[in-house]
Amino acid sequence: MAGYTPNEMMTVAAARALKSSDVCFVGIGQPSAACNLARLTHAPDITLIYESGTIATKPNILPLSIGDGELCETALTTVSVPEMFRYWLQGGRITIGFLGGAQIDKYANLNTTVVGPYDKPKVRLPGGGGAPEIAISCREIFIIMSQGKRGFVEKLDFFTSLGHGEGGAYREKLGVTTMGPTRLITDLCIFEPDPQSKEMTVTSIHPGVSRDQIDANTGWRVRYANAVAETPEPRADELAALRELHARTKRAHGDQA
Amino acid sequence: MSQVLSLAAAVEATIRDGDSVAMEGFTHLIPHAAGHEVIRQRRKHLNLIRMTPDIIYDQLIGMGCADKLMFSWGGNPGVGSLHRMRDAVENGWPHALEIEEHSHAAMANAYEAGAAGLPCAIFRGYIGVDLPKVNPNIKRITCPFTGEQLAAIPSIRPDVAVIHAQKADRAGNVFMEGIVGVQKHAVLAAKRSLVTVEEIVDEFSPRSLNATILPAWTVTAIAVVPGGAHPSYAHGYYMRDNAYYKAWDAVARDRDGFLAWMKTNVLDKGPEVFAAQRQRLAAA
Repeated sequence: MAGYTPNEMMTVAAARALKSSDVCFVGIGQPSAACNLARLTHAPDITLIYESGTIATKPNILPLSIGDGELCETALTTVSVPEMFRYWLQGGRITIGFLGGAQIDKYANLNTTVVGPYDKPKVRLPGGGGAPEIAISCREIFIIMSQGKRGFVEKLDFFTSLGHGEGGAYREKLGVTTMGPTRLITDLCIFEPDPQSKEMTVTSIHPGVSRDQIDANTGWRVRYANAVAETPEPRADELAALRELHARTKRAHGDQA
Repeated sequence: MSQVLSLAAAVEATIRDGDSVAMEGFTHLIPHAAGHEVIRQRRKHLNLIRMTPDIIYDQLIGMGCADKLMFSWGGNPGVGSLHRMRDAVENGWPHALEIEEHSHAAMANAYEAGAAGLPCAIFRGYIGVDLPKVNPNIKRITCPFTGEQLAAIPSIRPDVAVIHAQKADRAGNVFMEGIVGVQKHAVLAAKRSLVTVEEIVDEFSPRSLNATILPAWTVTAIAVVPGGAHPSYAHGYYMRDNAYYKAWDAVARDRDGFLAWMKTNVLDKGPEVFAAQRQRLAAA
């Protein structure tokens, strides 16, 4: 039995994708855990930005919301929300936008708006928040999502944010100059876009995971790269940093109950 | 010039049935006490505006105060759905709720345009997505200089903006710091404004020369409500009550449970309950 959970593998694999030189716009939840793990391990100088306006924040615990006081207190500076979206995001200052989602398709378009028809939704999800403009304004996009048939679908109910659209040069045709989703990290594997078709293609499989397992948890016919790597297992120092981060977070949030 | 009033008088003076009302605060400084007073005064047919409708709008919607909601992210942060908002959208309870949905960038730009006295906001956004198909207020505009296609939406100019801030001084100027969100923009975009504060002080000190301050003549009414942002937080005064946000999920799931909770904790109470929460969660 592995000494780590699939979720820990996902978070570690996502953290490894980030560099100290990155300026990263961080989504709440899974992206936030991965980005802070990167900062606490191999990327100490990474600039983390949350849409609440906090720039270069270094939270000691994971925030429950996008605007916890911890983010502001440990930030280099905090700007207003219009400034955040206008100067910093739209202004092209962000290298990586790190998103999660409820539904994703094979071109890494995301839905966080509705399941079912918009006017008569089966499930009303929170909506896009910052994602529609994060998806087009950051130099590239990383996505982290637990893999399953409910979330990995052939056809989205709603396009909340643009990935590679219908594939190929779809983004360019719309006048979008940024790269879009370059990496999708799940609890089973890592996808990267095919250079031509832009279909998200498995390039690395986590240890102990089979192709059958990936196929069974995906709503489209999964493509695999010619050379598929095995994701290196989480190292002891990565696991320790992640577990300490979660333990600190739990203590801090639990203390208030 | 701003007037210092009791919370009840301040709500009465600034918010009318049918108004468009923007209660802002991006996780920090959310004006919960003012929202509760609006519920107690049984305001109806409000057109609610807020980037991140969370618990306070779940309560207003569930209590039937709103006909319409303009928003960009509607959830309980880090916890999950807003069950009252979902019940209104999915099942029309307690009555149908019209929604106008945007992205954060769109609403942030629209508040700024409202404060700047412009009719619309222009930005690079809404590309390759479905919201423009369901929201007729999202249009395209061509830059007359470069030909670039940009997004345009009407500016936000609410009848009234409601915010919570750390302090006011005796002249009625308002001071806030920390995550300042869109509150300054919302107040300057609105016809009227209501600001609840933690305290009134003789002087804003110590403060930086560029502290976020709304001059008294931009604010209609001020009410002192210690703890008035709870379960949100006021930086320097008390922490966010994360446990409350988590507990809200169970309260809001069930219509009867929700109504009973609102009676006990809002309808039968006054703004003084917020002071106790502030004390419990006081910043170290």
